[in-house]
Amino acid sequence: MPDFNWIFKMAMRDFRKNLSRLLLFVSSIVVGIAALVAISSFGENLVKDIDNQAKELLGADLVLENNKPLGDQALDSVAVAMASEVNFASMVAFPKKDASRLTQVRALEGDFPFYGKLETIPVEGDADFRSGGRKALVEKTLMAQFDAQVGDSIKVGAVMFQIAGELQKVPGQTGITASVAPAVYIPMEYLAETGLVQYGSRVEYNRYLQFSPGTDVDELIKPFEDQWELDRVDADTVEDRKQSTGRSFGNLSNFLSLVAFIALLLGCVGVASAVNVFVKEKLASVAVLRCLGVASLDVLLIYLIEIVIMGLFGALIGSILGTLLQFILPVIFADFLPVEVTVGISWQSVGFGLLTGLLVSVLFALLPLLKVRNVSPMATLRPETADSTMLKDPARWAVIVGILLFIFGFSFFLLKKVVWALGFTGFVLVAFGALWGVGKLIMWAVRRFLPISLSYPWRQALANLYRPNNQTISLIATIGLGTAMISTLFFLQNQLLQEAKFADKEDQPNMLMFDIQTPQLEEVRATVTDRKMRILQEVPIVTMQLNEINGIDKKKNEEKPDEENYSRWLYNREFRVTYRDTLITSESLTSGELIPLGARGDSIFVSLERGFGEGNKFKLGDELIFNVQGRPIKTYIGSFRDVKFNQVSTNFLVLFPNGVLEQAPKFHVIITKTQNDRQAADVQSEIVREFPNISIINLGTIVETLEDILGKISFVIQFMAFFSIATGILVLISSLIISKYQRMRESILLRTLGASSGIVRVINTLEYFFLGSLASLSGILLSFMATFLLGKFVFEMNFSLAWKEGLVIYLAITGLTIVLGWLNGRTIINQPPMEILRGNG
Amino acid sequence: MSILAIRNLSKTYQSGSRKLTVLENVNFEIQSGETISIVGPSGSGKTTLLGLCAGLDSGSTGSVVLNGQALEKLNEDQRAAVRNKDVGFIFQNFQLLPTLTALENVMVPLELKKRKDAKEKALELLEKVGLKDRATHYPTQLSGGEQQRVSIARAFANEPKILFADEPTGNLDTETGEMIERLIFDMNKEKGTTLILVTHDLELAAKTQRIIHIKGGKIQEDTHA
Repeated sequence: MPDFNWIFKMAMRDFRKNLSRLLLFVSSIVVGIAALVAISSFGENLVKDIDNQAKELLGADLVLENNKPLGDQALDSVAVAMASEVNFASMVAFPKKDASRLTQVRALEGDFPFYGKLETIPVEGDADFRSGGRKALVEKTLMAQFDAQVGDSIKVGAVMFQIAGELQKVPGQTGITASVAPAVYIPMEYLAETGLVQYGSRVEYNRYLQFSPGTDVDELIKPFEDQWELDRVDADTVEDRKQSTGRSFGNLSNFLSLVAFIALLLGCVGVASAVNVFVKEKLASVAVLRCLGVASLDVLLIYLIEIVIMGLFGALIGSILGTLLQFILPVIFADFLPVEVTVGISWQSVGFGLLTGLLVSVLFALLPLLKVRNVSPMATLRPETADSTMLKDPARWAVIVGILLFIFGFSFFLLKKVVWALGFTGFVLVAFGALWGVGKLIMWAVRRFLPISLSYPWRQALANLYRPNNQTISLIATIGLGTAMISTLFFLQNQLLQEAKFADKEDQPNMLMFDIQTPQLEEVRATVTDRKMRILQEVPIVTMQLNEINGIDKKKNEEKPDEENYSRWLYNREFRVTYRDTLITSESLTSGELIPLGARGDSIFVSLERGFGEGNKFKLGDELIFNVQGRPIKTYIGSFRDVKFNQVSTNFLVLFPNGVLEQAPKFHVIITKTQNDRQAADVQSEIVREFPNISIINLGTIVETLEDILGKISFVIQFMAFFSIATGILVLISSLIISKYQRMRESILLRTLGASSGIVRVINTLEYFFLGSLASLSGILLSFMATFLLGKFVFEMNFSLAWKEGLVIYLAITGLTIVLGWLNGRTIINQPPMEILRGNG
Repeated sequence: MSILAIRNLSKTYQSGSRKLTVLENVNFEIQSGETISIVGPSGSGKTTLLGLCAGLDSGSTGSVVLNGQALEKLNEDQRAAVRNKDVGFIFQNFQLLPTLTALENVMVPLELKKRKDAKEKALELLEKVGLKDRATHYPTQLSGGEQQRVSIARAFANEPKILFADEPTGNLDTETGEMIERLIFDMNKEKGTTLILVTHDLELAAKTQRIIHIKGGKIQEDTHA
């Protein structure tokens, strides 16, 4: 039975002299724990705030939504207040700049929002807007884009409105929503006058209801739910919104926690690597203790207690930093948050951080620490026998399994799905394995192919990388993974933008005009061709709904058990469909064939987009009955198509053959190519002026929006990746300090042998240069692979080597390593040789 | 009474496909209170023999009986308990624990024996080796001779029945070495401990009652003074 009193006493004695070194070991986990605690606290506070501000999220107690006018509703009379909104996408012109842009027009009637408010600049802008007259509220992003001022005019459809205020915040809306679809509020009474609501316009009708305080809205709406279901009316209560928003942000918070967890795992590699050095230095003491009669378990416990104390200490510092860090998170995530987030200490998150920190430091430290059990007391007489390999030690394998279980358990706790948790564990293994492999490969290649004719400082610097206890591989892994994360993001963002801009080549369309009514078609065609622009595609669009799938209508589908029924969405959705007998360049058949009308009797065969078909488990030959303006049309699935959605083009989930829909009411889309930005702006102005109901998207706007959104997302991801880089830097600093004494000895030996301080400096600098280069190159190589895979399988883009960006990242990381090395090495070179001889260095 | 009996002891190492015999069929017996030296040239196997006698390692064949206990029948932790109870060590390179003060170094064997008076006893021993005033110093703050004196105090702390010393003066200058020799022999005499010295210094060996000459892993000569 171990004597814990004595073991603890011995641990404390050893601890005194190792305090600063052990602090270095745990410093590696501080950043990871800080990130975890910050995200976890932030997430917890966010959920609380969503709960507290749920009414402000919705702005009302109940929202009813449909794609046709809602008419009178039974609950209207129960409500104490009511407001209506009609919203749709439309061009809004800014005459002062002679420019226009696609926006989300919201025609409002009533005092919505009942909870929270439309925040405007000036503050009285909202009241002014509601005071009557042709006044509008305009989203701040639009105001900035067109340099508009309060008091300026905008043109929505056929009506000019005066800007009464700049919209800062709308209940439930985030900065990202504002980038994608910036809103313009106009009074409902002028909607008809604008002339924008026409056939084919994708319009959403919202009714906002407020009930007397204390009303149980979920209970109140129960009797009406079936009818709403039949009428395709969506009902959203505060509770629904709370749940869906909470779920989305719960997912976001879990995703960010996983990113933070990666930073923590990097720190753990640092801990394991530093403890490995620590253990190697302790082997002589362990042998002495064994010689004096201390049992192997007792020796292990002595050092483990030190690790536990330092792990707790590191976790505590991390938790404190994390708690402080969450104060800036609302600023970082400002564009994504639908509610005001309050910050405060979350004891649950602090406890979680402490426990995680303790667990990871013990698990990862045990890996090298177990070695002390196998140290023979004979090592006191023969020190060379102290270090042993542990490949066959079952305890070591048990710890490895423990680490994997911990990673799996942690990710399962966040992701709640075994498959995802296994996927994440696999990803961690592959990422670390790949970096380790790349690091090893590069080091081998350097050693194998480096010319012997290199001058001495170069050879010595390279040889230093293989110095025992140098932690070269673990540094490559930690700095490399941080680099990989940042550069993958950087490359991907760049490639997405390149791809979007690349679309503007010779024959590719770059302007899309939609909502063209049939009588307007001729004139729009003429406007385009008069400017010597080619019409690349002219696409008729018919709207319809799905009535039956393989004989199952909406009602029957509702009665089926969840695992057998079709998605309710299929029956509620309005499909926008075109007809033709050929594929366009962005399409390719994956199965079946395009079957023209009449080819197989009088049956109509439609083609479905592959992802849509697979997602809904449709098969070739399935029967679909569509409702086209009240007329049922029976069709069969004749083929599936792959559709590339990354082109300026109209893409359809359902494609009809020619000869079926020609007589149905329809609207049109014209796709063309403008020669330059000037021409694009001119034609856009003219069309918007002549036909205000027609909406236009041009590639320039898409690229701008994409840049804006990517900028916002990448800022957040870069912030998270920063934790990994910071951990890598801490591991680097800790490794430099740990090897300081060894470096000093080498430096003095070299100087004793006649090397000048200059030569020693060159050798040290070159060593840091090689280290930084290996780490950053491994990371960049990995990120090239990741960008290639993500591009190919997720974004369907061609991979182009971003060597210029790669070079910038390489120089930055390598430069940072050299600077840190210099800062750490200043004292090494100036150390007098006698200090080392005396052993006081 | 026999304190240590070595019977047909051999030690063989496997180096790749090659078998390396370091000790071959060694036999001797040591009586309680005896002082003996093991001498021989470098690589003769004397350090290996010391390690096996003290239970730091186990032989390939043969037996080591220390104070009536056959060490080959014990596992490593059981041998550690025997070492704590019956054995003291003095090493050529002192082998003090660098993170412990001189006093704490001496206290370790006493604390392992759960002695309540560990501190007093350790201070007493430090006084005996003339280092009471350096009790709170760490090994790096002590000279080589001082470190070896602390090591001697530690070796005697658990009142061992047998003391093993591996080249105890090998790292010291002549004057300090002589002082350490005197200290070891004086304390050994006072405590009545059995002393086994490994050395290549024949002058030092001559101060013991018996000298075992070893060469090529075999005992060449076993002479009594």
